[in-house]
Amino acid sequence: MKPAPFDYIRVDTLDEAADVLAQSADDARVLAGGQSLMAMMNMRLAQPAIIIDILHAAGSRRPEIAKGRLRISALVRQEALSTHVGLEQEVPLLAQAAPWIGHIQTRMRGTVCGSVAHADPSAELPLVLVALDGQVHLKSRRKRRTVPAQEFFLGMMMTEKADDELIEAVDVPLTPAGTGTAFREVGRRKGDFAIVSCGAVVQGTTTRLAVGGVNDTPAVADWENLAPADVAEALNALAWSLDARDDMHASARYRRDLVRRLGETTIREARSCAD
Amino acid sequence: MRRLSADETHMVRFRLNNEPVEGAAEPRTLLSDFLRHVLARTGTHVGCEHGVCGACTIRIDGTMARACMTLAVQVEGAEITTIEGLAPEPGRLSVLQAAFRKHHALQCGFCTAGILMSLDTLLQAEPEADEGRIRDVLSGHLCRCTGYRQILDAAVEAARELRKETLHA
Repeated sequence: MKPAPFDYIRVDTLDEAADVLAQSADDARVLAGGQSLMAMMNMRLAQPAIIIDILHAAGSRRPEIAKGRLRISALVRQEALSTHVGLEQEVPLLAQAAPWIGHIQTRMRGTVCGSVAHADPSAELPLVLVALDGQVHLKSRRKRRTVPAQEFFLGMMMTEKADDELIEAVDVPLTPAGTGTAFREVGRRKGDFAIVSCGAVVQGTTTRLAVGGVNDTPAVADWENLAPADVAEALNALAWSLDARDDMHASARYRRDLVRRLGETTIREARSCAD
Repeated sequence: MRRLSADETHMVRFRLNNEPVEGAAEPRTLLSDFLRHVLARTGTHVGCEHGVCGACTIRIDGTMARACMTLAVQVEGAEITTIEGLAPEPGRLSVLQAAFRKHHALQCGFCTAGILMSLDTLLQAEPEADEGRIRDVLSGHLCRCTGYRQILDAAVEAARELRKETLHA
């Protein structure tokens, strides 16, 4: 349970980090808060030759509003997001999901972009990013590019990010007034990985449900004019359409049942706060 | 930019419990091991080494952190507090520690150092923390002896005592 040897590079800017990545590509990994990567390295599931520590780099430590979106850059810790004043009004789904991200001890260290880069199938932040049509801003020495969240997550801990790229920031649109959102999850212990998590967004006649912990990436379903009487059937169809599997934490059947029950509660809550 | 090579040790300096400390570490040395093996401060315990159990929780620059998920070389220049820094003086317990003793909030003691560091940090930052908030913070720790009830009782009483102290200060 100790990491394999690696060179440690502390960079002063994200540009320097991009330079190192350009030279070393798949041998190097970016270390931010370390709350996912260090665990992987301790278990030797990750054995990078070079660690690029970006936490001392220059840059914003707080979420910022720009052009109608909430922008969360690479150095923003999860706790800085959950204590961001005004989050309940700006992006209520983020405020609802934030207390479920790990434990306070890991939120105080872990970064938002780090969790997105790690892409655990049951993590809260990828789910919320997908549910809200968020974007991931990637940076390399070659170029900058922006990827919609729905296209960023490719599989279990696999993303669209190339080996020489790092996540510079993620952003989500500010939630329009009248939108109802809700977040729920079930896990064995508060703060542990979710067995199933659900985020609902109700906007006008559209109902959206994002489901984490079942497929390898957050799954999204959209319904138009979904009548309250049809919710149960829609969720049953959704549950069967997902690729639920048995593992040591829960059976596929239990996961499908959670999608039905948790999905219904989440949609109901989101509707109750929508206009 | 500063590069530390994998096959050498490097001097790491930071403040530990209000005293300057230094020692040699490979880049891969975990802070938990650096504290215990290099600095011989064995009060910080090591359980799961992947951030789940909470036994190694310490304070880095005022915030709770898992020492097992932090590299020693990352905390160069930081201000660190461990369980050895909680008692106000030798032979005297802090209010929180005394409450743990009174309420039998520990049995084997393996998880205790980490729990005390989290709760001490919480009560400093949020003196008004109620039982719900304390439960929230405690969820980041595993204790296989107590069933947590005594820990909650001790923490709630310590919070009350500390508020009284501030009131009369």
